[in-house]
Amino acid sequence: MPSTDAPVVLELSEVVKSFGAVVALRSASLRLQAGSIHALIGENGAGKSTLVKIVAGLYRRDAGEFRLDGEDVDFTSTAESKAAGVAVIYQEPTLFPDLSVTENIFMGRQLTGRFGRIDRKAMRHEVERLFTRLGVVIDPDRPAEGLSIADQQVIEIAKAVSLDAKVLIMDEPTAALSGVEAERLFAIARSLRDEGRGLIFISHRFDEVFALCDTVTVMRDGAYIATTPIAETTPGELVRQMVGREVTELFPKQETVVGEPLLEVEGLTSPGVFHDISFTVRSGEIVGLAGLVGAGRSEVARAVFGVDQYREGTVTLKGRRIRRGRPTEAMRAGLALVPEDRRKQGLVIDSGVGRNITMAIRRELSRFGLITTGLENRAARVWASRLEVKSYALDTVAATLSGGNQQKVVLAKWLATKPDVLIVDEPTRGIDVGTKSEVHRLLSELAGQGMGILMISSELPEVLGMADRVLVMREGRITAEIDRADATSENVMFAATHASEQHS
Amino acid sequence: MTSSPPTTVIPVSGITKHIGALGKAREFGILIALVLVVIAATTMNPSFLFSTDGWRDLLLTPSILVLVAAGQAIVIITRNVDLSVGSVMGLSAYLTGRLFIDVPGLPIPVVVLLAVLFGAFLGLVNGSLVAFARVPAMVITLGTLYAYRGINVMWAGSTRVNASDMPKEFLAIGTGQFLTIPILAIVAFVILAVAAWYMRNTRGGREYYAIGSDPAAAELYGLKVTRRVLSAFTLSGALAGLAGVFYVARYGTVSSQAGAGWELDAVGAAVIGGVAITGGIGTVWGAAIGAVLLMTINRALPILGIPDFWQRAVVGVLIIGAIVLDRWLAVRQRQRLIEARDES
Repeated sequence: MPSTDAPVVLELSEVVKSFGAVVALRSASLRLQAGSIHALIGENGAGKSTLVKIVAGLYRRDAGEFRLDGEDVDFTSTAESKAAGVAVIYQEPTLFPDLSVTENIFMGRQLTGRFGRIDRKAMRHEVERLFTRLGVVIDPDRPAEGLSIADQQVIEIAKAVSLDAKVLIMDEPTAALSGVEAERLFAIARSLRDEGRGLIFISHRFDEVFALCDTVTVMRDGAYIATTPIAETTPGELVRQMVGREVTELFPKQETVVGEPLLEVEGLTSPGVFHDISFTVRSGEIVGLAGLVGAGRSEVARAVFGVDQYREGTVTLKGRRIRRGRPTEAMRAGLALVPEDRRKQGLVIDSGVGRNITMAIRRELSRFGLITTGLENRAARVWASRLEVKSYALDTVAATLSGGNQQKVVLAKWLATKPDVLIVDEPTRGIDVGTKSEVHRLLSELAGQGMGILMISSELPEVLGMADRVLVMREGRITAEIDRADATSENVMFAATHASEQHS
Repeated sequence: MTSSPPTTVIPVSGITKHIGALGKAREFGILIALVLVVIAATTMNPSFLFSTDGWRDLLLTPSILVLVAAGQAIVIITRNVDLSVGSVMGLSAYLTGRLFIDVPGLPIPVVVLLAVLFGAFLGLVNGSLVAFARVPAMVITLGTLYAYRGINVMWAGSTRVNASDMPKEFLAIGTGQFLTIPILAIVAFVILAVAAWYMRNTRGGREYYAIGSDPAAAELYGLKVTRRVLSAFTLSGALAGLAGVFYVARYGTVSSQAGAGWELDAVGAAVIGGVAITGGIGTVWGAAIGAVLLMTINRALPILGIPDFWQRAVVGVLIIGAIVLDRWLAVRQRQRLIEARDES
């Protein structure tokens, strides 16, 4: 707990930032004291990342005050912020895969001797010293390629410590970590705090915020809402501040009749990615696939759909075997995959809405091998209106749509193929609240019509609210299968982070 | 930070040793191939190695390409490519010849320096276009390949600079020897050694690797990416300029077509020598050995009785083979690293 008179290391007040017509920050404020771990929370799109990027020197603010150690600063590059003592650890660490761990830690400021010669011995020794201090053992000479995300984060932290950073910002560092790894990270964070550094911790997990932080700042819609000592608030209070209203988690889940098995996956294994994955999706059923980021869920989906190869196992759809590595075969058999990254994998982003929607049915659509815009639009209009895609015309370029509407276009594309089983990977990521429930209603409706749905999601409320059955993955293995009635956020989270076997 | 607890010494692990050895083995493999080619050619015709001319050609012929390939390797390591090196080399070569004709009495070192600076300037033009306009290097340097060659043709027309136009002392550098080793080969070796040392042991060198390994990360690290890319192209241009001087000294004559097609030899040499075309991996030593292998094969194949038109095919197979080998090694290494993580 920092004393109230501890010096303020970082202060932002009424910071404004807009990108063209889009206002990312309306009035953001933050006050970080030395020797404190400060939580920054808010919904997706609340402006946390933009604020971090301003402090990191990636963006420049349009207005407002930005003081570091009491001095006005205005960073134009990451090098400047780094030199001033700010270190940022991003959710996905950015290391040089071909270079060694040691080189990654010292890149740009290597220890040098005569003639500018890099002193490798001294650097390696320094890394050993850093790792000892952080209590980790990572081979300093191995390339960064192939390191787990947890280890990559430790390297980022080692970098920050060797820089002697005054301010450390961690942007959702635990999103991809297991329980043990997160504990290790917290221990490191606490020791850095005790050395008098200021830490900003961005997280969506309240248990972590309450366990680790001493102060919390809430942001909403690009603006500052409140800063409270952690001891004087509750999760309920924070949620209220985040969403601006009482949340009543409402998921439009329909009662459905669960029918015969549609998709059967047996013993799917791809070394180093996932192991021995078996599950069944039945008609009329939504199966939730939960787990931490990096647990291998998307990889399983890609393998089932035939995009990625796997070494062992079988995939059967309605009794028909789907050979590995054949997405076209999977499509024809009645499988559809709405991928995680809709801008890159779900859409042809520079094409129109109509063309995107008809992308998967071009073969059926063509007359004598030719497709006209008229044919396209006639087929696309049906789906665009059924899913209520909000765009002025079918030739609107997909890139200009909002995230929610883009997701509807991707869904429309796959529904046009009339699939039996739909795999959706993070169906509501980065979508506003209104569209979110529309997507949920749609999925529920589809299941009601007898479709089998496999839903990958990192949002626990979504999984618990939507799924008839929850599969949980941890580090490439399915660690639990929990029925809707028994599923709670505790037992799902436990299976996602602990190694114990608890098949039911 | 005064009293630190005792440091745990982390020993070098098996997998790291393995990877380090693999990198060395890659270059060593090319060296073995080179030795095999020399042995094969010498068995067919002993004068390939054991005559004075054979020995001299073996060292002298590759010296020029070695310089160009070393520059090319630096550029490729930053995840760029310089297709204009052949034209830069030709233009610098022609400038060297013209300087001797147009400014008689200019000391030879000054001429050499001017040619190198000129090459560096042409490289700087490339680098600026790539770094500031943010257009892929392949497109930019393809453009300057034609532009520089065009200037050369405009300037030289159908005339050529002949040996009689140049001072004897300059041409003597091209034919001179020290302990039976051609002077040009010695100079090339020294420059190569300096470049290799720079790439391995200085911040600048390591930043080239970092930029090629992940340009976005380099930006986040606060590395001066623009400046480094600029300097890589300038270095490549300077080395091509020096290669132009070498060319004149060696052959004694230069027309508007000097160095045409050398850019592809340079890229080929770098790739054969283990420089990853996607950046971040490889050494100038590898590229240099690749260059020597390429030139030596060209001379050895006729001796081995392989028809003319098969020679290019052999070079092609070599390049494709090198790329396939590198890709295979990379995939295997990644697999191994991931599996090692699974086990731990």
